[in-house]
Amino acid sequence: MIAPLDEAIAELVHDGDTVALEGFTHLIPVEAGHEIIRQGLRDLTLVRMTPDIVYDRMIGAGCARRLVFSWGGNPGVGSLHRFRDAVTTGWPVPLEIEEHSHAGMANRYLAGASGLPFAVLRGYSGTDLVAHNPHIKTVVCPFTGQELAAVPALNPDVTVIHAQRADRAGNVQMWGIIGIQKEAALAADRVLVTVEEVVDTLEPVPGQVVLPARVVDRVSVVPGGAAPSYAHGYYERDNEAYRSWDAVGRDREAFTRWLADLTATAPAATPEGTAL
Amino acid sequence: MTVAAARALGDGMSCFVGIGLPSTAANLARRTHAPGLWMIYESGTLGTVPAHLPLSIGDGVLAESADAVVSVPEVFNLWLQAGRIDVGFLGAAQIDRYANINTTVIGDYADPKVRLPGAGGAPEIAASCGEVVIIVRHSTRAFVDRVDFVTSVGHGSGPGDRERLGLRGRGPTRVITDLGVLEPDPDTRELVLTGVHPGVTVDEVRAATGWDLRVAPDPETTPEPTTTELSVLRSLTGTGAR
Repeated sequence: MIAPLDEAIAELVHDGDTVALEGFTHLIPVEAGHEIIRQGLRDLTLVRMTPDIVYDRMIGAGCARRLVFSWGGNPGVGSLHRFRDAVTTGWPVPLEIEEHSHAGMANRYLAGASGLPFAVLRGYSGTDLVAHNPHIKTVVCPFTGQELAAVPALNPDVTVIHAQRADRAGNVQMWGIIGIQKEAALAADRVLVTVEEVVDTLEPVPGQVVLPARVVDRVSVVPGGAAPSYAHGYYERDNEAYRSWDAVGRDREAFTRWLADLTATAPAATPEGTAL
Repeated sequence: MTVAAARALGDGMSCFVGIGLPSTAANLARRTHAPGLWMIYESGTLGTVPAHLPLSIGDGVLAESADAVVSVPEVFNLWLQAGRIDVGFLGAAQIDRYANINTTVIGDYADPKVRLPGAGGAPEIAASCGEVVIIVRHSTRAFVDRVDFVTSVGHGSGPGDRERLGLRGRGPTRVITDLGVLEPDPDTRELVLTGVHPGVTVDEVRAATGWDLRVAPDPETTPEPTTTELSVLRSLTGTGAR
């Protein structure tokens, strides 16, 4: 169950996979994204409601062929320049996009996690998203006759999330802003969770969410693995890192230097799940 | 602009808040005339009372101070879609005379001049909140005759459109800019200039609007910010920016 990050990525993520790294501002599995870059994975369909700087890096490194998303920006700062470059000029490789609203993406994951083929929601009506996305259709309610939007279930090959803690058996505990992580994990074929620490016993925390070990394939201990996002109770969001990414992401040469530095460093995983 | 937006929020309202100017305005309102404002951020924090302005939609300060922290599907399906939110606050890259909003692309979708972040929560906020207040800086680049992409529906192409599309909220009731205030005409749903901020002329607003802007017979002048409003705003943002 517990494996070093590089081994877990090599085992669970393959070229051409549909991969979701989820985390809604909080608990973003940034180090796992870096390891996907180091391993040179290609042709991925990257899925995420809010592709932020970790997806900007993966797209700039050429890992992605396609992006399924609902809001692509550097939260509180501005644009994702690697994402923009890939969409508008095809550098370093062309990026196809499939674009939804947050509600559409949330319901796609929910249907996937529920074992249903599609989800219904009110919304999308009158927007140009419908014309540009063949995955948004309408259905008529068999009870009321109302027309509603329908979106297909989203079932990633692999979902990667970051959490505060796991026990040695692989039960995972997270709390704070929990976003869409649970649904994304339950919708996926394979699940990797990077955690701040492994403990012998998970002590209950108010408002916690527990993912039972039976739905988790691998746990990797990666302290600080969500930085520069944050892990509630462990460390704060590094707002300055988000601001300073703007200059690196904006410039292909600066980004290329950043990428060379990243691939020259070893993964930030600890080999065995020792409590820290 | 921020002060005028804050004044649009009533005490006790539930408000779906986006990052940036909407968040600044909502926090200003809660610290001045609307202490009972119930703020929801799309990251799932219900009834949050942050001690300082969050930089991002999921800042820890939002979770620490919230009545409840719920999942993203819950906030969109059970709170927003179900019609439990009184007012939604939205920004825009482009807006047209019927207050339809674009935050997706400038130019052609397949070959855009500028790729913007996209929809996020805005389409559902625009569809489902009781009413929508839009905050945007006034320029001919933003106020266009026709938006390049309808990310979120305002009043469509006029009367009856929202109803035909099955959108439940009343839609945009006010557009607040750095120059003045626009409101939809009750009959045509077209935006009409109903107010200007102190020192701004109607001609300036018309010059900054990319269509032939209609003007109310006697547009109001926004009351000057009070010293309390300004000092709270400074404490929130570190500046006195309006």
